[in-house]
Amino acid sequence: MKKSIAGGSGGAAGMEVALPHPRTSRPSGLTRFLESERLLAGMLLTPTVLLLGVFIAYPFVMGVWLSLTNVSVGNPGEFVGLKNFIKAWNDSIFRTAFYNTFFYTFWATIFKLALGMWLALLLNRHFRGKRIVRAAMLLPFIVPTVLSTFAWRWMFDPTFSVLNWLLYQTGFITTKLPFLSDGTYGMWCAIVVNTWRGMPFFAISLLAGLQTISPDLQEAASLDGANGWHRFWHVTWPLLKPVTLVVVVFSIIQTFSDFQLIYVLTGGGPANATHLLATYAYQIGVATGLLGEGAAVSLFMLPVLFIVVWVQLRYLRRLEGA
Amino acid sequence: MTTPEHEASVDALNVSRRVFLAGSAAAGAAVGLEGILAARRAPAYAQGTRLNIVRWVDFIPACDVELKRQAGDASKALGAEVVFEFINANDLQARITAAMQSGAGPDIIQMLHNWPHLYANGLVDVSDLVAWQVKEQGPLYHQSEANVKVGGKYLALPHGIVPGLIAYRKSWLDEIGASAFPKTYDELREVGAKLKKKGHPIGQTLGHTFGDAPGWAYPLMWNYGGMETTKAGKTAIDSKGTVEAVKFMSAFWKDACDEGGLAWDDTNNNRAFLAGEISASLNGASIYIAAKRGQDKIKDDKGEPMVRDIQHARLPAGPAGSWSYHAAFAHGVMKYGKNQKLAKDFLKWLHGKEQFGKWFQVAEGFSIGSTKFWEQHPLWSTIDEPMKLFRTAADNSRVFGYAGPPSAKATEAYSKYIIVDMFAKGAQGMKAEDAVKWASEELKKIYG
Repeated sequence: MKKSIAGGSGGAAGMEVALPHPRTSRPSGLTRFLESERLLAGMLLTPTVLLLGVFIAYPFVMGVWLSLTNVSVGNPGEFVGLKNFIKAWNDSIFRTAFYNTFFYTFWATIFKLALGMWLALLLNRHFRGKRIVRAAMLLPFIVPTVLSTFAWRWMFDPTFSVLNWLLYQTGFITTKLPFLSDGTYGMWCAIVVNTWRGMPFFAISLLAGLQTISPDLQEAASLDGANGWHRFWHVTWPLLKPVTLVVVVFSIIQTFSDFQLIYVLTGGGPANATHLLATYAYQIGVATGLLGEGAAVSLFMLPVLFIVVWVQLRYLRRLEGA
Repeated sequence: MTTPEHEASVDALNVSRRVFLAGSAAAGAAVGLEGILAARRAPAYAQGTRLNIVRWVDFIPACDVELKRQAGDASKALGAEVVFEFINANDLQARITAAMQSGAGPDIIQMLHNWPHLYANGLVDVSDLVAWQVKEQGPLYHQSEANVKVGGKYLALPHGIVPGLIAYRKSWLDEIGASAFPKTYDELREVGAKLKKKGHPIGQTLGHTFGDAPGWAYPLMWNYGGMETTKAGKTAIDSKGTVEAVKFMSAFWKDACDEGGLAWDDTNNNRAFLAGEISASLNGASIYIAAKRGQDKIKDDKGEPMVRDIQHARLPAGPAGSWSYHAAFAHGVMKYGKNQKLAKDFLKWLHGKEQFGKWFQVAEGFSIGSTKFWEQHPLWSTIDEPMKLFRTAADNSRVFGYAGPPSAKATEAYSKYIIVDMFAKGAQGMKAEDAVKWASEELKKIYG
């Protein structure tokens, strides 16, 4: 557009200059591309989506597909619908493993929560060597599960158990306790080892939660005459509840699908008494080569975990809303 | 291309390519091998390749050392890198499944028991190699043949057999007045009860472990007249004989055994025996050999080398016979492998009289040959007296799935430890009839 700057219309002294029109100052294609938030978001998300797709979604879909077929090692198999699930449900070892998985998860989570909370409250106090104790507490969590479980297996060894030796020497027992050679003992041994290993995760997470609670609140409650229990129940616990729920959800997922610990400690024995769904699925699918049946056994974990997580997250949202 | 320098370096090797190939060729070599021999150089297809073999960790560590040494010789002669990997025997099946499903992994995998039936679709037909082995070393033992022959084809090359005999402490049996090892299961229970009262129980695993547990459980069932299937392969375990066998197990366990055995794997009884915790155990010869090789450290309660107090015996007889189960081992060439010809050439060399003979001597009777030919080996004339029973031990073995034919279904039943668990349930106190019924239901899902 041309605009007269000086002089009247048609004046000789008038000068006409061209000014840029806002509408015509279009950015270049590259600039537009780089400034597009949608594209940028897409670019940033792509690697994550690819990783999730390849390493999470693909194996999951494959697992679902396998569970609906009679694929076995070296045989392509064919679609059999829900036959593998029905077969598993009618299998007495599967039912034992199914029950064991709940039993193991329930008690291990309860113990980890109780002991983790107790440890977090202790570590939240000031004492000499606090940092060293906090670091040492993480050791069970840091040591690879396979290694630490081997150490426990040695301690529970049917013939050379150091625990049996200790209990015998101190006069608590007169015959060896069947730590791993009895199904009930074996399951409780596994719960003890899981608690030992998982407790630091609870403790460190709850400790982090405790440190966000203002000491003023505790002081105020003390001034109002609240004792230790009342301060915990009415001040600490309500504020710690959201963190606790998140930690419990994570723990349930981990414990329900536990494999390494049982595989190394008992191998699912004696006589299948300590199998969990994960170890039994491995026994059927990988060791025996019945991949379809193994996949079906492992998929029984999915709806259970989904319901647990959904209920707890809903509760968490309600808490946050309140 | 072979350069003069290359020729010189090869000539300097302890085992030249010529010797390596001659070993195979002399034993009835295939045309390919003869061609290689005539060419006087390592086969072109082998150059720069790598041959991976996965085996169990041997109970005689010197056997693995010998195989590694042989791999070195083979590498130099073949021009390919031959690499052995040794893993826990209880992890072998998982490794095979993973390799077959992914289509990648070791070129050769050790096959235990009747596994070739289960993994038939992933194994290369090695009937030509078996024919050569039989021609060179005589007919295979029944179990070595039955375990690898699937649908008329041989899918693995039999390597050796690890016989299972009962190792026992002579002096402890003498102490309770038993001049010889019990000949029947009833006598065994009686003697075992006396031994247990003296603090020397019998040690037997009933855990989920590859060798000693099925090696005890299957013959116990057979020797009482029980069987997994009929000759036609239909479930037949629910019988009076099997019930009697489980009843024996329950009583024997309580009266005579170390009850920790329910959680044992194949190594626990070795350690317990060598520590003087148990008086007898069904095992390969590894207990005796370990006691002999470590006699400076492994002593009995009088401070004498324990090896002098160890003797071996066959499994006792039951009302229906005195069968045993002696685990046969073989090597399978994997179908997905890119070096199948090289793998077969290597196996022919490894299983040949010369190389196998060296390994066989190192094993000192723990592993015996797959044919009767090896019963005549000079080793047996110089071996310790308690080891001599191993020479012919393999001749009374049945195979999994008896009385039916060897099959993938029998491998499945073994892999699920159904027979072992049936006895374990009896040992844990379940009524014998119920334990057998449970096993029958589980087997029906497999055999029908």
